[in-house]
Amino acid sequence: MNAVTPVGAPRHPEHARLYRYDAIDRAFLQERIAEFRGQVQRRIDGALTEDEFKPLRLMNGLYLQLHAYMLRVAIPYGLLSSTQMRQLGMIARRWDRGFGHFTTRQNIQFNWTKLEDVCAMLEALADVDMHAIQTSGNCIRNVTTDEYAGAACDEVVDPRIYAEILRQWSTLHPEFTWLPRKFKIAVTGSPQDRVAAQVHDIGVLAKRDAGGAVGFEVWVGGGLGRTPLLGTKIRDWVPEADFLRFMEAVLRVYNALGQRENIYRARIKILVRDMGAEFAGAVEREFAAIPRDPYALDPAIVAAIAAHFAAPPFAALADEPATYVRARRENAEFAAWTRNALRPHRAPGYASVTISLKPIGGIPGDASADQMEALADLAERYSFGEIRVTHSQNLVLAHVRQEDLFTLWQALGPLGLATPNIGLVSDIIACPGMDYCALATARSIPVAQRISERFARLDRQLEIGELNLNISGCINACGHHHVGHIGILGVDKRGEEVYQITLGGNQGNDASIGELIGPAFSYDAVVDAVETLLRTYVDRRDPGERFVDTYRRLGAVPFREALYAPA
Amino acid sequence: MPLLENGGLVADPWVAVAPDAPIPDAPAIIGHDRALAEAEALAGRNTPLGVTLPNDVPPETLLPILDRLSLVVLDLPKFRDGRAFTQARTLRERHGFRGEIRAAGHVIPDQYAALLRCGVTTVAVPEGTDPTVWDAARRVVSIAYQPRLDPTAPLAGLRRRLELA
Ligand code: SF4
Repeated sequence: MNAVTPVGAPRHPEHARLYRYDAIDRAFLQERIAEFRGQVQRRIDGALTEDEFKPLRLMNGLYLQLHAYMLRVAIPYGLLSSTQMRQLGMIARRWDRGFGHFTTRQNIQFNWTKLEDVCAMLEALADVDMHAIQTSGNCIRNVTTDEYAGAACDEVVDPRIYAEILRQWSTLHPEFTWLPRKFKIAVTGSPQDRVAAQVHDIGVLAKRDAGGAVGFEVWVGGGLGRTPLLGTKIRDWVPEADFLRFMEAVLRVYNALGQRENIYRARIKILVRDMGAEFAGAVEREFAAIPRDPYALDPAIVAAIAAHFAAPPFAALADEPATYVRARRENAEFAAWTRNALRPHRAPGYASVTISLKPIGGIPGDASADQMEALADLAERYSFGEIRVTHSQNLVLAHVRQEDLFTLWQALGPLGLATPNIGLVSDIIACPGMDYCALATARSIPVAQRISERFARLDRQLEIGELNLNISGCINACGHHHVGHIGILGVDKRGEEVYQITLGGNQGNDASIGELIGPAFSYDAVVDAVETLLRTYVDRRDPGERFVDTYRRLGAVPFREALYAPA
Repeated sequence: MPLLENGGLVADPWVAVAPDAPIPDAPAIIGHDRALAEAEALAGRNTPLGVTLPNDVPPETLLPILDRLSLVVLDLPKFRDGRAFTQARTLRERHGFRGEIRAAGHVIPDQYAALLRCGVTTVAVPEGTDPTVWDAARRVVSIAYQPRLDPTAPLAGLRRRLELA
């Protein structure tokens, strides 16, 4: 056995709460890079065919897109230290075109990667304990969780602990690396589901019993794509000790029985749908047959991992300090920003700040190297050196003192990071679409940009209120259009890009899949169509209703009539 | 076909027997269906017996004859088809099979370490295979984040060092 050689210890800010690598984790990353380097060499030598190399590079996050390779870097459960964010900025500047693109999986993509640079990029990532492992391929992908973990008032269990346990367990899992299809797990620890648990291959809801013990509700078989389906609850309570054993059972049933012939029928959702109640039965039988002890989650391990996520040293503060109240009163723009960007924090005197990566007319989820570096500085100054990536492609500073909010906002403005549109119509989720993606059937970014420009005025956005508008550039649904209150899907119709609109989608506890409203719209007409839908909603809504509520109450008819009425 | 074991090429004493051919008095590999159909006749046999297990057949079906078997051959029709990994682990972990588990078909060196960790012992590799590439592939990553197969071995936590023969 080769000994573990300690590598230079990257310094994460002292109070940043992320899983801190030790010498073993770092040695693992170096070995994994060596493995990939060898694979690239064998491909160059011809020892590996392109067909054989492809899944190997995908399992290391390397895609071939329309114009270049894309490297997708894992951000485990969306959590970054400022050191890591700064390094992402460096990578963007040095090996990309000065930008990175944050994704709905809480990861970051570099869209202009050169094959010959990949190993150097992986080394640079490893320098800050990061990698691109399993960000693609038919394996267990980056686990996602609540971006407000450790800060949310309603949190019952810290989901980061179990997301990290799943990250370790799924890393190069020997049995589950060649699954029928990709596999996505989300974990939440709040009764209010902010991770879209029901549209994941596995959605885990961590909760506590009356005695305070941790257990998990497990949902399986949700997913979007060509056949959008909501998950099925297969267990109400998996005790903590059995957590990994239960995961193993689900994955095993899927690996053994999942379809492999047809890529569109290979996700676990199809197996769950086709087997019906028998699926849960098969999992339970498998679970019972897996030996308990070797797979039992040792409380000592849980405690050791939980220690990484202990609360940072919050100061004893009071809510609504006078300076903050005054700043809001004196500065209307600041006040408007606070209305949507802030979430209450469990520690008095603090707030969680969501930073919009959706400037009007911009590319959703894009951040420049300058922005990343500046954000790293701001995170260090105002939020214990921690940054989270959200599944709606924004960023979060989770622990900001309310007394610092005004100065933070003033710093964000010149960086183009103070757009006051969180949760509003211009806070659009959009996949890369035809601008980058080789699978795309239509553009999605320019559609997002045009919609955002149409509703640029804040008073219009506020009048419309909370709205999720999601855009995908093909049926694979990376833009999650099925769960947008308004979903837009770009398809190719005899060489022309046209856009189908679905209405009534939602994620969260009352998740639903949007319904197709009627014939598709042209690239030119789709923005008008969105405007028509929103006007109809504003005219017909009851007080306090979101778009999706009005749609659920009234049904499709008034919206369809408005959209397709003869001019 | 050359056979790979512990990162090196070894002699293969086994013969694969055609479905209708008589079973010779030598280590013989027969089909899964035939093994079950002729289970009674095979029970009296004194030479080692091996069976090929198709990748859509659960290992449980072998239970009536498992203690008679010295070898189970798993099939990877395409290297991307990972069912054999689950079959191997089920045979070892649940059914306590101690004989040889062989991966045959389309296997690439990059899968070798994972196959070993799931309980596979040998790989049928193409003519001209350079075993050093396979040996390097099983050694390159020495750390695992999952429990080991042997339930009696103590767990170091989620993480541990791999041990190779
Ligand atoms: S939805 Fe389609 S176009 Fe968009 S990123 Fe996914 S695969 Fe590409």
